[in-house]
Amino acid sequence: MITARLACAVSGLSFIAACEGTQNVLAPASPDARLIASLSWWMFALAVLILIVTLGLLLVAVALRRNGEARAISRRRATILVVLGGVVAPICAIVAVTVSGAAIGDETEGGRRIDGATVRVAGERWWWEFSYLAADGEVLAVTANELHLPVGRRSRILLESDNVIHSFWAPNLQGKTDLIPGATNMLFAEPEVSGEWRGQCAEFCGLQHGLMGFLVIGEPPEDFAGWLAAQAEPAAVTSHPGLGVFLSLGCGECHTIRGSTADGEIGPDLTHLASRRTLAAATLPNTRGHLAGWITSTQEIKPGALMPEIVPDPADLQHLLDFLEALE
Amino acid sequence: MSDARPLEGSQRDAAAEFAKLERTWQSPEGFLGWFTHVNHTNIGRRFVVTSGVFFLLSGILALIMRLQLLTPLNDVLDPETYSQVMTVHGTAMMFLFAIPAMEGVGIYLVPLMVGARDMAFPRLNAFGYYVYLIGGVTFFVSLPLGLAPNAGWFNYVPLSGREFAEGYGVDIWTTMITFIEISALTAAVELIVTIFKLRVPGMSLNRMPIFVWTILVMSFMIMFAMPSVIVASAFLMMDRLIETQFFVPEMGGSVLLWQHLFWFFGHPEVYIILVPALGIVTSIVVTFSQRPVFGYTALVLAVVGVGMVSFGLWVHHMYTTGLPLMGRSFFQAASAMISIPAGVQIYCWIATMWGAKIRFATPMLWVLGFFAIFITGGLTGVMVASVPFDRQVHDTYFVVAHFHYVLVGGAVFPLMAGLYYWFPKASGRLMDERLGKWSCVLVFVGFNLAFFPMHQLGLEGMPRRVYTYLPGLGWDWMNQLATLGAFTLAGGFGLTFWNAIRSLRRGEIAGDNPWDAPTLEWATTSPPLNCNFARQAVVRNSEPLWTWKEENRRTVVDGLSTTRRETIVTTLLDARPQSVQILPSPTPWPFFSAVAASICFFGLIFSPWFYVIGVFATFVTFTFWFLPRKREEVV
Repeated sequence: MITARLACAVSGLSFIAACEGTQNVLAPASPDARLIASLSWWMFALAVLILIVTLGLLLVAVALRRNGEARAISRRRATILVVLGGVVAPICAIVAVTVSGAAIGDETEGGRRIDGATVRVAGERWWWEFSYLAADGEVLAVTANELHLPVGRRSRILLESDNVIHSFWAPNLQGKTDLIPGATNMLFAEPEVSGEWRGQCAEFCGLQHGLMGFLVIGEPPEDFAGWLAAQAEPAAVTSHPGLGVFLSLGCGECHTIRGSTADGEIGPDLTHLASRRTLAAATLPNTRGHLAGWITSTQEIKPGALMPEIVPDPADLQHLLDFLEALE
Repeated sequence: MSDARPLEGSQRDAAAEFAKLERTWQSPEGFLGWFTHVNHTNIGRRFVVTSGVFFLLSGILALIMRLQLLTPLNDVLDPETYSQVMTVHGTAMMFLFAIPAMEGVGIYLVPLMVGARDMAFPRLNAFGYYVYLIGGVTFFVSLPLGLAPNAGWFNYVPLSGREFAEGYGVDIWTTMITFIEISALTAAVELIVTIFKLRVPGMSLNRMPIFVWTILVMSFMIMFAMPSVIVASAFLMMDRLIETQFFVPEMGGSVLLWQHLFWFFGHPEVYIILVPALGIVTSIVVTFSQRPVFGYTALVLAVVGVGMVSFGLWVHHMYTTGLPLMGRSFFQAASAMISIPAGVQIYCWIATMWGAKIRFATPMLWVLGFFAIFITGGLTGVMVASVPFDRQVHDTYFVVAHFHYVLVGGAVFPLMAGLYYWFPKASGRLMDERLGKWSCVLVFVGFNLAFFPMHQLGLEGMPRRVYTYLPGLGWDWMNQLATLGAFTLAGGFGLTFWNAIRSLRRGEIAGDNPWDAPTLEWATTSPPLNCNFARQAVVRNSEPLWTWKEENRRTVVDGLSTTRRETIVTTLLDARPQSVQILPSPTPWPFFSAVAASICFFGLIFSPWFYVIGVFATFVTFTFWFLPRKREEVV
C-alpha cells in the first residue's frame, strides 16, 4: 500500500489523479478505520466458516445415500440440527454483531478529544467546499476538493448541504456520513501517518455523482499550520492581465479570489488554486494543460457540470492560465 | 357430499355434466374476449409472462450499464442516460418484475393448491392485472422517450424534488408506483380471502402447503408495507405538483421523512419478494426428496417471523444519515435477528433432504444454486447489519453485491426453479432438461463472476450509482470480470427463455403429475381444466396426492352447480364446509376501470382536470362492473 502511494507520488505523470489503495477500506490509516478493518476481517472469516459448514452439511445431506437406499435422519437429530444451526448459531451471531457494532460504533463515532482542526464541509453539485473554522466559529480559510488534516490529531468534520444529499467518505480514514439538507452531521478524522488519500461522494446526488471526489492530505501538525496560514492569506497576485480576462469573462460571478473583486459563491474558491494538486473535484491533475482543458471543454470532461464552457481568445486564455497558475 | 367416491364414474351423464361445467368456466375467445377473462389461471399466467418480459428488458438495461462500466471513463452512456437506465433498471426489477412475478405465481397456484375453482374476487384480479400492465408499459416507454426518472429507484428527496428533478420523470415514477401499489393491494386482498375461505374441506390451516403459507404472509406484508410508500409517493407527488412542502427543509419539511417512509416499505418489500420464494423452495425440496417437510410448524413460524421482523429494521438503510448511535444499535440487533428464521428454514430443508433419494432434475438444481447464493447473501447481510462496518460499505459496490446475492439468489433462482417445476402444469409440457441444466450452470457461474468481485470493489472504495470511474484506482479488472459475468448470466437466462418458448410446442407431454408431487395443483389435468377441478377434493393431511396414491382412491366433494361458477367456502381454521360462493362471469369492465384510472393518474401529471375526469369515468365503470345481473335461479 505504501509502495503504491509512493509510486503515485513519484510518477505524477498519470493522466488521472487517482492511485490504487488510496481509497480503500482495508488499508486503514487512522485508528477508526483500523478498528473497522479488523472488524471486517473477523466477520469475513466467520462468514466463510459458517458458509462452509452450512453448505458442507447440505452436501452431506444430499449425497448421503448408501447403497441407493434413502436414509432418513432421526427426528431427534434433525431437531438438534435445526436448533443448533437455526437458533443457537444465529443468536451468537446477533450478540456478536450487536455488541461489537455498538462498541466500535461508539469508539469510531466518538469525539474523545478534539485536538485537530474543525472543518465545515459543504456538499455542492458536484464538488466539496472545505472551510476551516477557528474555535469561535470564524472562518479562517476556504478551499475546495482538498482536505488537509494534521497527523496524529483528531479533527472534527461538520457536514452540511444546501442542495441535495451527499455523503462524505474517505475510507482509509473513517466510515461515511451523509450531508443532509436542513441538518448538520459530524464525523472525526484522525490520520496516523502522513499521506495522500482519496474520498468520494457516496450518496447518489445527480449527474456528476460518479466523479465527485476529493483528496485528503495528512501532514505533520507544523506543516499543516503553515499550510492553513498560507490558505488564509488573500491571493498572491492581484494585478495581472489574466485577472482582467478572468473578470471580463464573468468567472468572478461564481468564483471567489480573495483580494480581488471576484466574490462569487457558486463555484469553488480559487484564491489558492495553484496550491491544489487536482482539478474538477479530484478528477484531473492540476497542470496547465488540464486547466485549459477544464475551462474550455468542461461539458466534455464532466457532462452536466454546472460550470459553463468558456472559450476565450488564445492570447486571453494564455493570460488566464498564467494568472491561475500564479495563485499559489 | 360424499367422502370417498372413486374418480372413475364414467357414465355418460357424468361426461355431459362435465362438459357443461367446462363451458360454464370457459373464457371467451378472440382478441376482444381477451379483455374479459377473469379466471385466475389466465390472470396469473399473464402476470408471470408480463413480469418475465419486464425482467428481460430490465436485464438488458443491466447489460448496457455493465458495458458502460467495462472500462474507466467509458462513454457508452452519458451521465443523464446512465441515471435514467439505472433508475429504470432498479425500479422495474423491484416493482415490475419481482413483486408481480411473485403475485402472479401466487395467483396462478394458490387456488389450485387449496383446491378452489377460482379466487375470491376474480374481477378484482383482472383489474389488478390491467393496472399493472398499463403502469408498467407507460413507465418503460418513458425510457426510449428520454422522459424516464433519473433520481434512482429509491428516489431520495431533494434530488427527486421539484427543484432538482425537472421534467416529468419523477412524476411518472410516483404515478407508476401508485399503480403497482393498487395492483399489489388488490392481489393481496384476494389472496388472503382465497386462502382463508376457499380452501377445500379438510385443509385446516396446519395442513396448508408451506407455499400457501408464504403467499399468505406475503399478502399481509403487502397490506402493511404498501400504505407507507403510498403515503410517501403521494406526498412527493403533491410536493411536485402543488408545492405541499412535505420534504422541503426550508419550509419545515424533512428530507429524512422520505427515507423513513420509503424504507419502512422498502425493507419489507425485499422480504415480500423473498418469502414466496421460500415457499417455492419448500415445494421443490419436498417433491424431489419425496418426503414431507421436516419441521412444518417451525417453518411456518419462521416464515411468519420473517414477515414480522422485516418491519423492524428499515433504519439499517439509514445508518449514515446521522441518527443517534443508540437508536441504530437496536436496529442492528433487529437486522441480525432475521438470521434466526432464515437459519431455521435452511436447516429444516437440510433435515428434510438428509439422506433422501433426491432426484436432481432441473428445478432441484436451481434450488441448490439458491442455497449457495442466498446463504452467501445472507451472511453479507448480517455483516452490513453492523453499524461501523456498514458505515464503510454502505452505498458501495459491496452492497450492490450483497443485495444481488440476496435477491437473485433468494428470488430469481427459486423463480427459475418454479418455472421448470410448474411449467408442465401450466402448459401441459415439460421443459427441456438438458437446456435447463446448461442454463442453470451458466447463470450460476455468470452470476458469481459478475457479483462476487463487487464485494471487493466496494471494499476498495467504489461507490454505487456512479456512471463512470477513474483509472488507477485498481477497479478496472474487477469491473471487466463483472461485465464478463453479466453477459454469461444473461446467456444463461436467454437459454431458459428459449427453452420455455420452444417447450410450449415441442416439450414432452407432462401428464397430470410428472414429478410425483403431493399437493393439490397436481391433482388436475395439465394444463388445468377451466374449472380447475371437476370435483373439488377433500383432504386429510398436507400430502393428499401421496395418500391418494397409497389408498388408490380420491376423496372429493360433489353437488356443485354445473351451470354457474361455484366454489366451496369453508371455515377459517379447520376448513369445515360452510357454504358455496357464486363467482362472477367474464366481463370487460375491470379493463375499462383500469383505463379510466390510468387516465386519472397519468393525466394528473399534466393537468389537474384529468383527475376530475378520471374519477368520474372510474365511477361509471365501477357502476357497470358491479351492476347486479338477473339470475335465472336464486340460491
